[in-house]
Parts: sequence; structure tokens; C-alpha cells
Amino acid sequence: MTDLAHIRADFPILRQEMNGYPLVYLDSAATSQKPTAVLDAITDFYETANANVHRGAYALSEIATDRYEEARTRVAGFINADRREVAFNRGTTSAINQVAYGWGLYNLKPGDRVLLTLMEHHANIVPWQLVSRHTGAELVYVPHTESYELDLEAYHSLLDERVKVVGITAMSNVLGTINPVRQLADAAHAAGALVVVDAAQAVPHMAVDVKQMDADFLAFSGHKMLGPTGIGVLYGKRELLEAMEPAEGGGEMISDVQLDSSTWAEVPHKFEAGTPPIAEAVGLGAAISYLEKIGMDAVRSHEVDITSYALERLGEIENLTIYGPADMTNRGGAVSFTLADIHPHDLSTILDQRGIAIRAGHHCARPLARSLNVPATARASFYIYNVRADVDALIDGLHEAREIFGVA
Amino acid sequence: MSLNELYREVILDHYRAPRHHDHLDSPDGSAEGKNPLCGDEVTVEIKVAGDTIVDIAAIGVGCSISQASASMMTEAVAGKSREEVAELVRKFKVMMSIEDSAEPVVDPDRPGASLGDLEALQGVRKFPVRIKCADLPWITLTQALEQ
Repeated sequence: MTDLAHIRADFPILRQEMNGYPLVYLDSAATSQKPTAVLDAITDFYETANANVHRGAYALSEIATDRYEEARTRVAGFINADRREVAFNRGTTSAINQVAYGWGLYNLKPGDRVLLTLMEHHANIVPWQLVSRHTGAELVYVPHTESYELDLEAYHSLLDERVKVVGITAMSNVLGTINPVRQLADAAHAAGALVVVDAAQAVPHMAVDVKQMDADFLAFSGHKMLGPTGIGVLYGKRELLEAMEPAEGGGEMISDVQLDSSTWAEVPHKFEAGTPPIAEAVGLGAAISYLEKIGMDAVRSHEVDITSYALERLGEIENLTIYGPADMTNRGGAVSFTLADIHPHDLSTILDQRGIAIRAGHHCARPLARSLNVPATARASFYIYNVRADVDALIDGLHEAREIFGVA
Repeated sequence: MSLNELYREVILDHYRAPRHHDHLDSPDGSAEGKNPLCGDEVTVEIKVAGDTIVDIAAIGVGCSISQASASMMTEAVAGKSREEVAELVRKFKVMMSIEDSAEPVVDPDRPGASLGDLEALQGVRKFPVRIKCADLPWITLTQALEQ
């Protein structure tokens, strides 16, 4: 295990109390907390470099542009992409919508299929539903096994010539399951389909190499990886991005505008209509530097340690059901569970009184919740700043919930 | 804030053993209520004779507060006139601070004088994010009555 306990000091928010208890933040799968280095980078940008990018013929605008483009280079390096293959946007949702509306809308037709997994977040479902209303393509879902892994047999049998695009989460935000993206991508490519990877949970928590994955498109968000909200990334293979239409039009993304038509700027700029989230991109760049300093292998091994400890302690509680793989080799730090007949919202309220923040609900994955046959689950999710004492606090809180509800 | 104020015994009792929890045969009105953010669901069915709610059912899934509120509501509403139910709904909303009123609908010196078992839900007020859970069945009842 890697001891990252010392880095808690880098996160000012963790110093405060909530309802009279030290804050125990167990909702990083929803959004992560931010280290001082990221907050400082954003402030510094606004104090020393703020101007609009790619426009002004003055020194300050050049400085702003340089900072923004440096962030792009940093992102590209982090996922082993070329910097021209990295487009900034609002977040994972916006990135996947760009693919659905920029590629799907122009390439899907009636009879075609979009193959998704039942583990997908709504962000990798609803855009395809919206586009299917125009294209007539059909959505098909790959179920999961009883051990909460993707049903590979079902995947291969569903993957026929009708499938034009496969949408896969690299790591489920509910089950924690890490999917074998490379293996799935190889099969998809052999069947002539493109692969869109929702990496919102993967990129913050493990080393992700787009070439090793052979993803055609890959999306993630800054705010789940220590960066600010409002910034996300769409990676796409160069030739696909060149051929893809922009989903949004406006300033910044054009080469020339005539009265009734326009030509687009070079990739990736044609996917960045309007003033981009400049300071947020700079903040994301700082978050990546911070993560790189720790090393993604150390991040992963810390989370393996804390999550195995959590699984072990949760496993000791009677009538507690965990929804997700038991083995750390193919799971991340999101742990969903239910406790007897206590509703997850009630668990959340009880834990909140002890300063513990967990998630309760369907976690923006209703099709998955239905297939698990639970209306809601509680979810604790871990990141680099969590320590074993956080797990202990969670366990104590769950025991109090058992007492309040009179669960044996 | 104390969790004991929120999770009163009577609330847990209604959660575990909800009253009027079976669908009615040919109801005169019914409505489905959902809280999309947290997933609470409740269906309210009513049978009306003349001006009276002669029977009511509330069937749903969700947290203890939403389901206990639904169960207590069915007991409070059954056999009441439309006018009495409207007054009950109003008082409930005032108690939960959903509607403003200077009127003290809950008399701390006379527990049960005004809203009966439902007063057990007043602890929810201190947990603002949960007020919508308690309110869901009442919104749904109002919709069922409008049919």
C-alpha cells in the first residue's frame, strides 16, 4: 500500500466540521475535492493571465492562450494522446453529446444499432436516445453477470453487423466494475463498430492510455479528478475527429463564415465553440500535475487498499448487501450497498448527522438500478485523501442506523 | 438536531407496516407521484361516495419518511369529506413549513390535538432535504382528488 495520509493537508475543505463532526467525504465518484495547488492555479490565472484565447493580438491574450494550450498538452500527455486529439468542453456529458450529435446523427440510420452496457451512466444513454429519434437506430444493452461483471458472452453475441457504435463505461460509477475496454474494443472493431468510452470514473483513479485501450472516443470530466467543475475532455482518434461534424457552432470554431455556410477550424478547435472554460482548463492542468506527482499507480494502490478495507468492514455487517465485484482486480473505489430494509436516504441522513457524506439514490443509472432490482442504493466512494479512519466512521454510523431502525 | 426527533417510533412503525397499502378495486381517482432525484414513488387511489373519501390506498417504495407519511395520510384521510381533507392537507403543509402561516397548527402542549399521528413528522422540518419526502404523498393525494 502507498501511504497518502499526508496529502489530506493539501485539501482545505477536509479541515472543516459538518454537523459537529470532522467532515468524512465519501462521495468522490460524484465530484472530488480540490487541492490548494488547483485552487491557486485558478486564482493565479485570473490574477495574472486572464484574457480571451485565440483572438487578441496583444500580449495578455497570448499568455492566456499559452496557458490554455499548455493545459491541453498536459491532458494529452496524461492519456497518451496527441494534443490535437484533445477537445475541451463542459464535461463527460457534453463530450458524449458531441459524439452522438457530431458522429451519430450523420452516420446512424434505421436498422443500425447502438450497443451500450446496462452499467452506463445516463450520460452515455440519453444522448444516444435523443439521436436515435432522428436516425431511427436502435439501442441495445449488454447485461451484467451475477458477479457484477459485464456479460462478455452476451456482448459477443449482440455484437453483429448492425452495431455501428459501442458505448462502454471504463469503470461503473455504481458497481465499481472496471470493464476490459481493450478486449471489448478489439471485438467491436472486428465487427466494424466504433467505441465510445465513458472514462469519467476511470481517468481520475487509474492510469488510462487511449492507445492501449484503442478507444475511438473517450470522455472524462475535470471535477472528478481534483479539477474544477465546468471542464471536460473529449478524446477522439485524429481521423475520426477530422471527419466528425461539430455539434455546436459559433465563435472560435470556424475557419470562415459566409452568409449561408461556414468552414470549420482545425481539430480540435472546431469542437470548441464559444469562449471555452479557460481558467477551468488551467485548473485541470494543475490537477493533472498534482496527480502525476503522486503517480497514478500510487493513486490506484491507495484506493485498492482503502476499498478492500471498506469491503472487508462492510462485509462484517449483517444483512448488508454489496452491489459490485468482491475482488479488487477489476473494481474501483465506488462501493454501492443496501442495509437490511433501511432505505439509502435514511442511511444518508443518519450518516450526515456524523459528518459523513455518502450518496443515496440511483446514481444517474436507472436502467442498472432496475436490473439490480433495487430502487436505490447507498454509495461510498473513495479517493486519494480518504483514510481507513473514514471507513471506520462509516461503519460506526451504519451501526447507529441499525440501532435506530431496530435491525437485528 | 436529533435523529430521535426524525425517526420516531410511530414513523418506523408505519414504514414497516404501512396501512391502506393494497390497491383498491376500481378507484374513482388515482395519481402517481415520483421524486425523480431520490427515486421515491407513491401511488394514491381514492374511492369517493358523495362528498366523502370512503376509501384510500397508498402504495409505494421509498424512504421511511415518504412511506410513513403516505401511510399516516391514509389513516387521517379515510372517511373525511373533501373539505376536511383540504384542511388537513393545508395544516400538514403549514406544519412542515411548506406553506407559511402564523397559525400554530401544532400545539406542543396538546400533542395529537390537531393532526394526530401526523405530528410525528414535524421532526422532518429540521432536516430540510427530507421535507420533500414527507410531502410527496400529499401532493399525489391532491392530484388524485382533482380527478
